[in-house]
Amino acid sequence: MKLLKLQRTMARAVMQPLTASEHMQRKAPDGRPMRSYAARFIKPNDRLTSFERLEIYNRQYWFRLLSSMTEDFPGVRSVLGERRFDVMCKAYIVDCPSRSFTLRNLGSKLEDWLRKHPKWAGTKQTLALDIARLEWADIEAFDGEAKPPLRTEDLAGAAGANLRLQLQPYVQLLDLRYPVDDLLLAVRKDDKDTDFASNAFQERRKRKHVHALAKLKPGAVFLVVHRIDNSVYFRRVLAEEFAVLKALRRGKPLGKAIDGAFRESRMPIGARAESVQQWFQNWAALGWFCQPEKRR
Amino acid sequence: MPANEFNGFTEYGIGIGLRAPHYDHILTRKPVVDWFEIISENFMIDGGRPLQILDQILEQYKVVQHGVSMYFGSAEKPNREHLRRLKDLVKRTKTPWVSDHLCWGSVDGRYTHDLLPMPYTFEAAKITAEKVREVRDFLEVPVAVENVSSYAEFHVSEMTEWEFLNEVVERADCGILLDVNNIYVSSQNHNFDPMTYVNSVPAERVAQIHIAGHSKYRKYILDTHDHPVIDPVWKLYERAIRRAGHTATLLEWDDSIPSFKEVHDEALKANKFLAASVLATAV
Repeated sequence: MKLLKLQRTMARAVMQPLTASEHMQRKAPDGRPMRSYAARFIKPNDRLTSFERLEIYNRQYWFRLLSSMTEDFPGVRSVLGERRFDVMCKAYIVDCPSRSFTLRNLGSKLEDWLRKHPKWAGTKQTLALDIARLEWADIEAFDGEAKPPLRTEDLAGAAGANLRLQLQPYVQLLDLRYPVDDLLLAVRKDDKDTDFASNAFQERRKRKHVHALAKLKPGAVFLVVHRIDNSVYFRRVLAEEFAVLKALRRGKPLGKAIDGAFRESRMPIGARAESVQQWFQNWAALGWFCQPEKRR
Repeated sequence: MPANEFNGFTEYGIGIGLRAPHYDHILTRKPVVDWFEIISENFMIDGGRPLQILDQILEQYKVVQHGVSMYFGSAEKPNREHLRRLKDLVKRTKTPWVSDHLCWGSVDGRYTHDLLPMPYTFEAAKITAEKVREVRDFLEVPVAVENVSSYAEFHVSEMTEWEFLNEVVERADCGILLDVNNIYVSSQNHNFDPMTYVNSVPAERVAQIHIAGHSKYRKYILDTHDHPVIDPVWKLYERAIRRAGHTATLLEWDDSIPSFKEVHDEALKANKFLAASVLATAV
């Protein structure tokens, strides 16, 4: 068997989902018995059959990838419940296997995938989508690029309303329909506590999660996921504030970004100028603006 | 004087893997450590805390890069994005060499994130060696390939694992990261004499040695890096050092990670064997 063919044959078996009892399936991807499929290319030894040797890799694949999803999406897990989350992750990994050299990117398509497969979240679909977005944004904010910050001299000679400000690539803008930032912080706090906790405590934690979810009411939240000194923070902003940031991210000039943000605003006209000034002061202090790319 | 032509860094001594639970201890207590090995993929990112930590470490310590997903043995071409990011990191760390595994793990662009065993065939050796050369030429630093622990063997194999390793490194003209724990694990899983393996490796190509612990199950041994090094593995290490001379050595401890001191103390046990090799050279 040539190298490529052997690798394809083995990979198909390794990436095939495990049974409910976390063992290798009896049937191979091509429909034949897995015993004969494995025996075609793997030698048995005096302790393990070909099937059992292949099964070690099959199990390691799934344990590793599922563990990565559990680590990256504790919020989605909390919303769906542990069992449903595990089954959902298996389906997700089958549809969206890793195509990156790093497991960091494994969950990059989760939100889109969940949107196309609403059965997994059922009545909690909107909530699940929101928290999946937030958790992915958190990953992007954690290790996203930070360009050199904007300096006063970068603005010299800039034409007021036509000025185009750039946001740092790591700054993530999320318009959410649930206050999932609060939920995620609560889940993380519980997970941290659980590292040192007993089974009884974990049971209480589960019940606490159920109560927290039941109390979670829908409500629009405009959130900026950013970092300060390389720690990630969630910052809620006003709808108008969010609209300005979103427009700047899209490359709109300053004037158009501000005008667009107030088009449907109920904020008193007299308060707007002062608010805008305050927002820009805050954003600049938080380091959200970066130097413009040099034109070639 | 270097122990061999692929190892001009005999003064590197004994290192340990840089792992997140030890960051605070290292940055605040600044312990004396010969060098740290980093997992390249953990730092092939655009920004944020991991790179900040790495830069702080680089101010104080020597760092060597070790990769887990180049997959020299995969039949497909290297991922260009991976290579570009790896080269950026090489420039940042100024690593004197880079290492990755003699294995495969991706096919048709899909990654298993595992170190899957090679079929020991001449075709596989040729493909693997070409890839090692391509990576080395792109990165412009020496490359060392590491033998992996394995749990399966293939019918198509035409040679032993150590013959395959020799075939690849001769064709690629590259170094070896000799993992003596992996040799032990595979020897138990495949019923061969681990000392034969150590004695068959071209000593002049050994650029670095890995030591580690593992987990024993009823029917096989798993390379888990979560225990101290056992005596049979120290014996293989002793033999490897005797053959290759004073070689950069690293203890891997990746799961159930104990305190920094415990990990470092375990690694420093290698000193006994390194000192003996220096004495042997002197007389």
